[in-house]
Amino acid sequence: MSQYLLRRLAQVVPVVLLVATLVFSLIHLIPGDPVELMLGDGARAADVEALRSSLGLDRPLGEQYLDFMKGLAVGDLGSSLHFRRPVTALLVESYPATLELAVASMAVALLIALPLGILAALRRDRFADHLSRFLSLLGVSMPNFWLGPMLILVFAIYWNLLPVSGRSGWASLVLPAITLGTALAGLLTRMVRSSLGEELHRPYVVTARAKGLLRWQAVVRHALRNALVPVVTIVGLQFGALLTGAIITETIFSWPGLGRLLIQAIRLRDYPLVQGCVLVIAVTYVLVNLVTDVMYAFLDPRIRYREEAA
Amino acid sequence: MRLRPQAWIGGTVVALVLLTALLAPWLAPQDPAAQELERRLEAPSWGHPMGFDELGRDILSRMIYGARVSVGVGLSVVLLAGAVGTALGAVSGFAGGRVDTVLMRISDVFLAFPGILLAIALVAVLGPALRHVVLALVVIGWVGYARLVRGQVLQIREQEFVLAARTVGVPPYRVLWVHVLPNVLPTLMVQASLGMAGAILAEAGLSFLGLGIQPPTPSWGAMINAGRSHLLDAPHLALFPGGAILLTVLGLNFLGDALVDALNPRLERDLERLPRSS
Repeated sequence: MSQYLLRRLAQVVPVVLLVATLVFSLIHLIPGDPVELMLGDGARAADVEALRSSLGLDRPLGEQYLDFMKGLAVGDLGSSLHFRRPVTALLVESYPATLELAVASMAVALLIALPLGILAALRRDRFADHLSRFLSLLGVSMPNFWLGPMLILVFAIYWNLLPVSGRSGWASLVLPAITLGTALAGLLTRMVRSSLGEELHRPYVVTARAKGLLRWQAVVRHALRNALVPVVTIVGLQFGALLTGAIITETIFSWPGLGRLLIQAIRLRDYPLVQGCVLVIAVTYVLVNLVTDVMYAFLDPRIRYREEAA
Repeated sequence: MRLRPQAWIGGTVVALVLLTALLAPWLAPQDPAAQELERRLEAPSWGHPMGFDELGRDILSRMIYGARVSVGVGLSVVLLAGAVGTALGAVSGFAGGRVDTVLMRISDVFLAFPGILLAIALVAVLGPALRHVVLALVVIGWVGYARLVRGQVLQIREQEFVLAARTVGVPPYRVLWVHVLPNVLPTLMVQASLGMAGAILAEAGLSFLGLGIQPPTPSWGAMINAGRSHLLDAPHLALFPGGAILLTVLGLNFLGDALVDALNPRLERDLERLPRSS
């Protein structure tokens, strides 16, 4: 296991470096002069030059790249042009809110997907199954930038049950978590259904029934455990996707997380902050995927034996 | 191949949206940019079944023209990403060896980077414009096709009819083109219908964030965004375009889902492991 862990860790290093390189090159992709773009048309030439040299854009590309990487190693991502504070500090402040939203959305998705998926697998090709398939497709197809405003309309404006936006206590978490969790609920319902459906036909389930277990006991104690192994992978991979999906949801609900910060930074043309947000979100995604792979190997020993043999 | 009723429902919805986009100039009752300022935010009525927007424009006409953006982006992304992905995936799977290793490591990096974030970052630096949206979605979309096609080609190239063709001396590019690729087509169709759903959602999402299609061109995503500030006094502004996106994407997913069922039940799991671009 430790060998597998080390190998996976070693694979992550080049990916993180490539992601960092991609983020570094973003600012150089800007058509025209990024500094003039950041300051707008009316900027004085002296201000343009001052900003250019403070961002280091007047130096050779190789030197800029090395400096960026060196800064990265010590957690220095430069200063935000708009907020006039270190980018790292802003990221650290926003991170917990995004994490909180992602965890809550995952909880919403699982609360919907587990019962619905199990029901569909047990009642295959009957009404409950068809209904669950329709609901899960509906969830996957639902644009969250529409669901969010509609939830606000019904629960915050018409019924006045929950706050419209902001982050103040658990009540403010409900609508954003449903908005972000719905699509994932749809995806997970399908996974649980197909995975449990396969397990139910295996001989060990028949054996469990034959030795006198009730149907629900055979399902819960035996089939479900095995059926959830692939679901765990999807949960992990999708947790990473939730962090990025939060960009739109956070914007709708003015949720003070990384996603909203990124959109603010883009609107303000605050490129050092854009770089910082993209980098942190992307690296989190890579790390979550790593943890998922390792967990999967831990749950299903066949995976790591196959990888070690390879 | 037997199709479930789902396929017909999905297919009909998709066909209607395509027709609307195609026939927009003849279907729209009004110029989508024409303003009647005194009727701003007016609620739906018999004469104007979807009402007026915040600038006094007929929402029905804007919805009809908005279908052009959604369909246009969806089709361009599917065609371009599908072409690039299929070419690279086919070469990767068919050639094997070093070519395969290099191409797959490149695709690993794209898979490691969260798709929509890359799209947002690209559009943010290139500037909001239709062609940049398409470019960004192709950049994140080709990987799914490449992986899928590579997997299929790896399976097909070992089958007897391919071996037979190679044995009698058919050149490799012809084997690939005539014998292998036609067998990948059904799988590609599934990925294309699901990919188009993803592309339409992503375009609307980017336009919602103000990073996509710029006003005054009507886009469903941008219309929802404009409607957000009028949820209290004119909820119809956001209601209709959101409903249209939901129906279109649902139709495409219905179609893709039914195709998966009809073609190969095992494909379902392969597809679900691929990231959707939304």
